[in-house]
Formats: sequence, C-alpha cells, structure tokens
Amino acid sequence: MILVWLIVIPFLGGLLCWQMERLGDRPTRSIALVTMLIELLISLWLWARLDFQLPALDGTATQWALEYQVAWIQRFGISFHLALDGLSLVLIALTAFLGVLAVLCSWNEIVRRIGFFHLNLLWILAGVTGVFLAIDLFLFFFFWELMLVPMYFLIALWGHSGSKGQTRIGAATKFFIYTQASGLLMLVSILGLVFAHHASTGEYSFSYQVLLETTLSPTLSRWLMLGFFIAFAVKLPVVPLHGWLPDAHAQAPTAGSVDLAGILLKTAAYGMMRFALPLFPEASQAFAPIAMGLGLLGIYYGAVLACGQQNVKRFIAYTSIAHMGFVLIGIYSGSALALQGVVVLMLAHAFSAAGLFILSGQLYERCIPGSLEKWAVCGIGWAACPGSGCFLSPPRWAYRSQPTLSVSSWCCSAPFPRHPGWW
Amino acid sequence: MPIAAALAYLPMILVAATAVAVMLGIAWRREHAVTVAVTVLGLGLALIAQAFAWRVIPVHTPLLDLDGLALLAGILILASTLACAILSHAYLESFHGAREEFYILLLCAATGGLVLAASSHLASLFIGLELLSMPLYGMLAYAFHEQRSLEAGIKYLILSAVASAFLLFGMALLYAQTGDLRLDVLMGSLSQDTGAWGLAGIGLMLVGLGFKLSVVPFHLWTPDVYEGGPGPATTFLATASKVAVFMLLLRLMLSMPVLQGEWLRGVLTGLALASMLVGNLLALTQSNLKRILGYSSVAHFGYLLIVLVVADGLAAETGGVYLITYVLSTLAAFGVVILISSTAGGEDAAGLHYYRGLFWRRPYLTAVLTVAMLSLAGIPATVGFIGKFYLIALGVEAQRWWLVGGIIVGSAIGLYYYLRVTITLFLAQPGMRRRDASDDWGTRAGGLFVLALAGW
Repeated sequence: MILVWLIVIPFLGGLLCWQMERLGDRPTRSIALVTMLIELLISLWLWARLDFQLPALDGTATQWALEYQVAWIQRFGISFHLALDGLSLVLIALTAFLGVLAVLCSWNEIVRRIGFFHLNLLWILAGVTGVFLAIDLFLFFFFWELMLVPMYFLIALWGHSGSKGQTRIGAATKFFIYTQASGLLMLVSILGLVFAHHASTGEYSFSYQVLLETTLSPTLSRWLMLGFFIAFAVKLPVVPLHGWLPDAHAQAPTAGSVDLAGILLKTAAYGMMRFALPLFPEASQAFAPIAMGLGLLGIYYGAVLACGQQNVKRFIAYTSIAHMGFVLIGIYSGSALALQGVVVLMLAHAFSAAGLFILSGQLYERCIPGSLEKWAVCGIGWAACPGSGCFLSPPRWAYRSQPTLSVSSWCCSAPFPRHPGWW
Repeated sequence: MPIAAALAYLPMILVAATAVAVMLGIAWRREHAVTVAVTVLGLGLALIAQAFAWRVIPVHTPLLDLDGLALLAGILILASTLACAILSHAYLESFHGAREEFYILLLCAATGGLVLAASSHLASLFIGLELLSMPLYGMLAYAFHEQRSLEAGIKYLILSAVASAFLLFGMALLYAQTGDLRLDVLMGSLSQDTGAWGLAGIGLMLVGLGFKLSVVPFHLWTPDVYEGGPGPATTFLATASKVAVFMLLLRLMLSMPVLQGEWLRGVLTGLALASMLVGNLLALTQSNLKRILGYSSVAHFGYLLIVLVVADGLAAETGGVYLITYVLSTLAAFGVVILISSTAGGEDAAGLHYYRGLFWRRPYLTAVLTVAMLSLAGIPATVGFIGKFYLIALGVEAQRWWLVGGIIVGSAIGLYYYLRVTITLFLAQPGMRRRDASDDWGTRAGGLFVLALAGW
C-alpha cells in the first residue's frame, strides 16, 4: 500500500496547493515543500528498512522488495501492479530529493499563479514516481504519458521566452509532440508484444513478468524492440532525436529544467534497463553496436555543440546530451559493472545538472536578463572531461566526470551502502 | 405487430410522438422552457425504452434490423440529442426570433438517425438518411439573419442533395444488378456475382455515405458548415448524425461478407489515411475553434475507418468504444463553445481569441474544455485515450501497419493544434475583448451538463 501512497501523496499535494492559493503564497509553497519532504522521508525510510539483496537463484524468491497488485481492466488482463526494487528506490529517492530542490528554487522565481504552478510541478513528480514503480506495461505507458501534460504547462506558462523568435510555447509543443509521438510507437510495440503473447498462449496480459516469457520470432522481436528503443531514445535523448531538448531546457523555468534534466531523462534510461533490454535480449544484443555508436555520436555531438553556446541553459542541455551518450553506451555494453556505473552516472548527472540549473536560475534572477548571453561559460568544463574513453570501467568515468562538477561534487561521493540489486 | 418488435420500436415511436407533441404545443402556446421540458422528457423516456429494448434484441423486421450495434447507436444518438436539447436551451435564451421550432427539427432528425442506424432495407436507409438530413438544413440555417448560418445551411443543402443523388444512383445500380432492395438478400446475390453494376453501385453508395461522414475527399463542406451553423445544430451534426451513418456502415461491413473483399478494404484504407492526414494538416492553421473541431472530426472519422477496414475480431467493440469516447469529448467541447457564445446574439464566439485567458475567469469551464481537447488528442487519463488504445490494438492485431502508422503520424500532427487551443485558455492578456458565459452558467442545466461530461 505504501507504494500507492508514494504516487498519491504528490498528486494530492498538488491539488491541495491549487486550492490553497487563495490563502496566500507562503502556505502554498509550504504545502508543496512538506509534500515533497514526506515523499523523501518515505523513500529514505524504505531504503533503511527493506532488504535489497539479490534474490536467491532457486526460483522461489521474487525479485521485488515490495509489491502491490490489484486487478484493473480485466478485459485485457491489465492490473494496477506496482513493485519496488533497488533501482526504482534509488530513482524515487532522487525524484523526491530533486522535488524538494525544485520547490525551493522556485520559491522566489515564480510569482504568478503559484497554486497552479505547484499543481503541475507535483503532478510531474507523481507521474515520474509512477513510471519508476509500474511493472504492468499498460500502467507504465499510462504514467509515461501522464507526466507530459503538466510538464507542457510548466514550460509553456512559466517559461522564459528566449531570443530569436523562439517562444516558450513553441518549445513546449515541440517537447510534447516529440515525446507523445514516440510514446505511441512504444504503445504499438507493447500491443504487438501482448498480441504475440496472446497468439501463443491465448490470454491477454500486460504483466511484465508474464511478457518476459514470450517467445518471439527474431524479426518481430527486432521491430518491437525498435519501438521501445525509439520512445526511450527520444526521451534520453539520443542524437538524431534530441531536437526538443535544448529548446525545452532553455525556455523552461528553473524548476522545470531541474525536473527535466534530473528526472525525466532518467526515466528513459530506466525504461531501457527495465523494459527494452530484458524483454528483447537477443534483439538488443544485435542492436547494441548501433546503439553504442549512437551513444558515441551523442557524446561528441553534445560536447562540440556545447562549445558554441551563448546561453548557459542551452549549454547545460548539450552537455546533458553528451552525458546521456555515456549512459546509452553503458546500458548496451552488456556488462554488469557497466550497468552499475550507469546508475551511478545517472545519479551524478541528476545532482550536478540540477545544481547547475539552479545556479544559472539564481544568476538569472540576480543579473539583468540580457546579460545571461554574455555569461562566461568556460568555467565549468564538465563536458569535455569524460571523453577520455574508459568506456568499460563506468564507475571510473562516473568518478572522472565528478570533480569537474564544481557545483555539486559532494553528491556522488555519498556512500553507496549496497549496490542496488536489480538484475 | 408482435410485442417484441413493438418494444424495440418504442424509442422511435416515443421520439416521433414527442416531435408531434412539441409541434402541437407550439401551435397552442409558445413557451420556451416548457418546450424544452417536453423535449427532454420525451428523449429521456426514449432512452429508458431503449434500455428495455436491450432485452428483446435481436429483432428482425422487413425494414429495420434491431441488433446490439443498432441499439448502441440509438443510445448514442438519443443521448447526444438530449445534450443538444439541453444546450440549446442555454443557447436560444438570447435568440431573437422563434426559438421553439428548433426542437421539432431536432427531434425529427433524431428519429431519422434511429431509423438510419437500424435500417436493413434500401428504402428505410434512404428514408432515415433524408429524415436525418432535411431537419439539419433548417437547424444549420436557423439563425438565418446571420450570413454565415444561412451560408452553412445552403451549402449543406446543396452538397447533401448531391450526395443523396449519388446514393440513389448507387441503389438503382444495385437494384439493376440484383433485383432486390433488402440489404441481406441483395448482398447475398452480389456475393455470387458482384458484376460491374454491383461494384459501381457499392462505390456510389460509399460516396454518398462518405459525404455524411465527411471523410476526405468528401470533406470540403465540413469546416464552413461547422463554423457557420448555430452551436447546437453543429453539435448535433458532429455527434448524432455521424454516429448514425457510421453505425450503419459498421453493421453492413460486419454482416455482409461480400463487403469484405480486398478491393473495398483497399479503398477504405486509402480514404482512412487521407482523412487522418488531410484532416489534421488542415486544422493546423485554423484560428476558429469550431473549424478546428470540424477538421478534427474529419481526422477522427479517418481513424474510425480502420474499424471498417478490419471488420473482424475486436472491430465491433472498438467501433462502439471509440464512438462513445468521440461523442463524449465532442459534446464537452461544443458544450463549452455554446455556453461561451450564449450570452450575446450574433455569431458564435468561436474565434480562439475569445478563449484567451479563459482559465483566469472561468476555471471550471476551462477545465472542461482542456479535458475535452486532451481527450480528442488521446492523452491518457481521458476517455479519448481508451478509444485510441482500442484502435491501435485493433490495427496491431490485424497487422495493418500502414493504418497504425497513420494514427501515429495523425496524432502527432493533431497534438499541435489541440495543444494550441489548450494553452490559449491559460494565457493571460489584459485588455482583450471579453466575451463570456453568463455569470450563472454553472447553475443552469447546460452548465451542469457540461461539468458532468467532463467528470467522465
């Protein structure tokens, strides 16, 4: 039941904020802050309490530390199925923590329509938490799409209209169309998988566990895997599909950028690790060289384009693309160590990107807006550093990228008591 | 007449009787509120009668074939007519001129829709279609001192007459080929030998019905008529009228094996893809909400044609579910437009600039319109998503990849204008020209109704 609360709390908190706006600014912000703090405390409490050891390989133990399931739409075998393991917990704790930061950093920045702003902010976090918890494919898709709408509003209503005719609404629309269209591709893949399963067993099911057992022909498997991959690749983003990211980052308010870079990009990596790889292992392995090539391309592309940026937020956005290139390579490298490194890098990137966005937001508040263009960008050389090519020792490149993040280098050295046991 | 058939016919009889009652009532005394009350009562009773009719189906009579799909269509038609009646009350309150006749037209058209959706004979098909269309001319031109309303009525009249001519010609050819007017017998003899006349006949009938559904390339009237017609009339056109025609086609496709040949599927696939793409693309640059909804309905019926192409397995269920979700979202969207337009006379307030910043004046109406737009776009957590989910499931199951691709591309394009409408509602800009729903919109029946729709 506590898993449901993890999703419901931000959802209710958002509604409460919306209605409490009439009481004034401070109560609204406080409610949002308290909501996210409760969320953070719950996740930390779960971390301390639960056992995330790898399950024994005798086939009896479930792989989940905590599970919740009720039937939902029985016509298609869809259930409301949430489960938690180490990987989800780490990311949920991250979500809650960045949620707190996002509320705090918009404390002075957002002055108009505060209630509605916090409604959107908290609903994004609820949606993301749902993505990290859902293991019914329909439910996963549901949350995956659900977080787009509030994000759209966040960028479109509270964003900064940038220079050269780029409007915040344009950026928000671009973001929405990119992710929604690729999301539909994923829906087609999910349905293809479900019908393939239906054809071989005669029953409908969207359950992750059940679909893992599906036998697919190599051709079908390849196409379905591509559907998943493209959806996640747009969100990650992988280079040819990255067009929305710089605009969305540049126009979004600080809290939006923090959520976008810190959490939303991670949902894509999470999706690849949780769904794309285990559901289609052979097809993914065959696809790995291409994926890694794309990752490599992303690293150089992001780094090179970051050099030429005049806008700090665009600059951070391009470096994010480069970092996500590393994540992509790590995910498809097929070694357990690399996957651990991916998790560490994801956390490191979330903390440092959030830190950078908050800093740039603060500077933006303090300077006249125009001077943002002239802000010196060379101080933070975080894009170039990881290019040293230690692809197969990921914890090391996570470490290497870390000292360059002058802003929040504390984050990554936080001790990792247990490796999340999620494979 | 056997009792089962009488029970199945009861909804049509009730609606027709209500039309007569309303007409006599107007002859005796003009009273807007009473007329609305009688109309709503009659439609409500017909809905209840429809529930009883579920017990006796299927009923086959020479002219009508009342099966599950026909009854579902009946419920949808009656419910959307009821919605139109309630909304018309709000809309016509400020109307200068005779208000009461609108309800007679509405009830007649609803009867036509019920007959059309259940028809199993070319005669009942044609009578139903004309009974559905004729009152619509009057309804669309009801605000005849507005130039656009008159234009909409005349445009619909002329093009509809052309479509009817196509339909009649097609029927004549089918009759020439087979010598029968009953649809099941006729299709049965076609399946032995389709023949050139038979093919031509089916093609011509498809043109006639495709016009009513406004699928590309027969969609040219849609935006103008949507824009010009008074809100309630357009709402009826977009919901009840299209539901009736589509359900007829769906019933024919499912029950007649001869219609499931590859050539017809090919034609329908082409029409579906064209509707999805053209409808969505043309909506992109519109700045009038009713025109946008018009093009959006073109696209939606493009998606729905997939059901006709597959006509197998999940198809009937998908068609029903998608129509329900489409009708709900469309009613909610038009409901808001009607409420906003209802205070002042003149043209409907459908230009997007009227809706700018609506959220900060009318948060609940805006919430309804937002949900309706997101639902039409098929975003999860709205009813529209259920419909889209079914359609994609159907396409994937039947492995119609082109159509599935069409849905994805169409939805991606469609998002642009749905989002544009949505975001307009939230943008504040001082000094804009205000045009608003009356302050007590929420206490009126129409307002409550619109809220209830969004609750779905």
